[in-house]
Amino acid sequence: MPRKLRRVGIAVALVLLVAFPLVVTQPFPRHVMITIFLYAMLAQAWNLLAGYCGQISLGNAVFFGTGAYTSTLLLKHLDLSPWAGMLVGVILAVLLSQCIGYPVFRLRGHYFAIATIAVGEIVGTLMINWDWAGGARGLFVPIKRPDSWVNFQFHQSKQNYYYVALALLLFALWITLRVERSRLGYYLRAIREDQDAAASLGIPVAAYKQRAMALSAGITALGGTFYAQYILFIDPESVFPTALSILICLVAVLGGVGTLWGPLVGAAILIPVGEWTRIAFGGSGKAVDLLVYGALIMLVSVIQPGGIMALARRGRRRTG
Amino acid sequence: MESREPPDQPGSRLAARNERLSSQETSLLDVRGVTKRFGGLVANRDISFGVAAGELVGIIGPNGAGKSTLFDLLTGFQTADAGEVTLDGHAITRLRPDEISRLGVARTFQKLKPFTHMTVLENVMVGAFQKTRDPAHARREAFEALERVGLADRAQAHAQVLSTGQRKRLELARALATKPRLLLMDEVTGGVDLRSIPGLVGLVREVNAGGMALVVIEHNMGVIMDISHRIVALNLGEIIADGSPAVVGRDPRVVEAYLGQAYVR
Repeated sequence: MPRKLRRVGIAVALVLLVAFPLVVTQPFPRHVMITIFLYAMLAQAWNLLAGYCGQISLGNAVFFGTGAYTSTLLLKHLDLSPWAGMLVGVILAVLLSQCIGYPVFRLRGHYFAIATIAVGEIVGTLMINWDWAGGARGLFVPIKRPDSWVNFQFHQSKQNYYYVALALLLFALWITLRVERSRLGYYLRAIREDQDAAASLGIPVAAYKQRAMALSAGITALGGTFYAQYILFIDPESVFPTALSILICLVAVLGGVGTLWGPLVGAAILIPVGEWTRIAFGGSGKAVDLLVYGALIMLVSVIQPGGIMALARRGRRRTG
Repeated sequence: MESREPPDQPGSRLAARNERLSSQETSLLDVRGVTKRFGGLVANRDISFGVAAGELVGIIGPNGAGKSTLFDLLTGFQTADAGEVTLDGHAITRLRPDEISRLGVARTFQKLKPFTHMTVLENVMVGAFQKTRDPAHARREAFEALERVGLADRAQAHAQVLSTGQRKRLELARALATKPRLLLMDEVTGGVDLRSIPGLVGLVREVNAGGMALVVIEHNMGVIMDISHRIVALNLGEIIADGSPAVVGRDPRVVEAYLGQAYVR
């Protein structure tokens, strides 16, 4: 019965989400929703690697930036459709993740996390100094008119961006669900829990970590291309910063690490808070959103380290 | 029997070992001259023994004798500095733990390693997935393994709430779910309350009676002497006795290793 109820709930939510831009036509609420979808998706990608497989990456912005730069550079120099660029970005990000993973996965726990920060910083610095790719000045995405799905650019309204972001989020959720229910999901969780025990049961630990990293990188790169087409300007500061890697991680931690819905819940709370503080305090209060994030994270760690999803589960157990 | 020879005749010991090796050409697991050093410490020195199919071999020795290191060498968690380990005639000395597991060697750990945030059933499913990709199939296999070790009623519990005895059963079920040919068990009764010991011992016997070869590390002398077909005694990284329980139990070097010179008669 609760399973049926849940299905109905998901269906209703889906209908509401699809109907939202038809009812709400102002750009700002649409923008907030798009941002929620984007971060939920990025956090879900992070969650596959960190939540399920236990490999805390603080360098996922590398894959985001790879997606953003690949499609933009291909569009600029070869006039390649951003959709194709998106695909190339995913492939490059996956390849890059395997190159990064090979040395970095030799480290465990905190050392792995630190190494991913280092990789993120290195790549960010390289991009700042790579003049052909725009260097520190960044790149404007070539404007294509008219608005069309082929061009992946919509200047009249955010409605289509909204649907693309929603579709990407659903894709990330679908992938996660599939992983969760397959052998891969069990293996990833086993690796998170105890690598030696996992290996003793025949799991090639290193290879499976690489797979988790590939999935995470690929999905994150999709988000990168979307971001580039949505904002139409990218620079290392906006798509490669460690701050982005950390924000992705915060979203998932707040919602609940290693759960299907956690990243979405986290994004639905953190992103509006971030947008609200940005408006309420203006440019001068640039760090207030981070203060709020910090406070939320501290609350989560103290009250329920498993995030809001665990809190909800606990509440349900108490009442039911 | 090597163990009856005086220790000051290395020549005859070597001859005896060679004889033993040649008689074990058909054995499932063969360990030949394995040595492992950690810096200046020799944890295992020139270890040689075999395990035949269906055999239950007990490994005894005081703390620090090198028993767990030996298990780590056999299962790929450590790499031997010298010597060779073969399974069914194929060298496994330099393989990774997961590769050795897939060849049919399962193990449990002295320091238990349950997947604490997964349910008991999910823990065992991870083992069962070695032979199938299908979750439904793995679930059935896992449930069977849990029934075998008497944990089926806790299938949906989280592993972290289990007692030590139950965790031992869980590790056993998880290892069995990989359908091994050889199972290495590190401490069957260690840290378990007295009432749980007979159940665990019965379980080990049952598994062996089903035809699986077992190598068991155990500190409880009553238990190990009772269940083993053969005992290998280690002290300070070397084999000091290898034979039937009755013979090894009376071996003066074994008694000395455990109790000191004063008890040797």
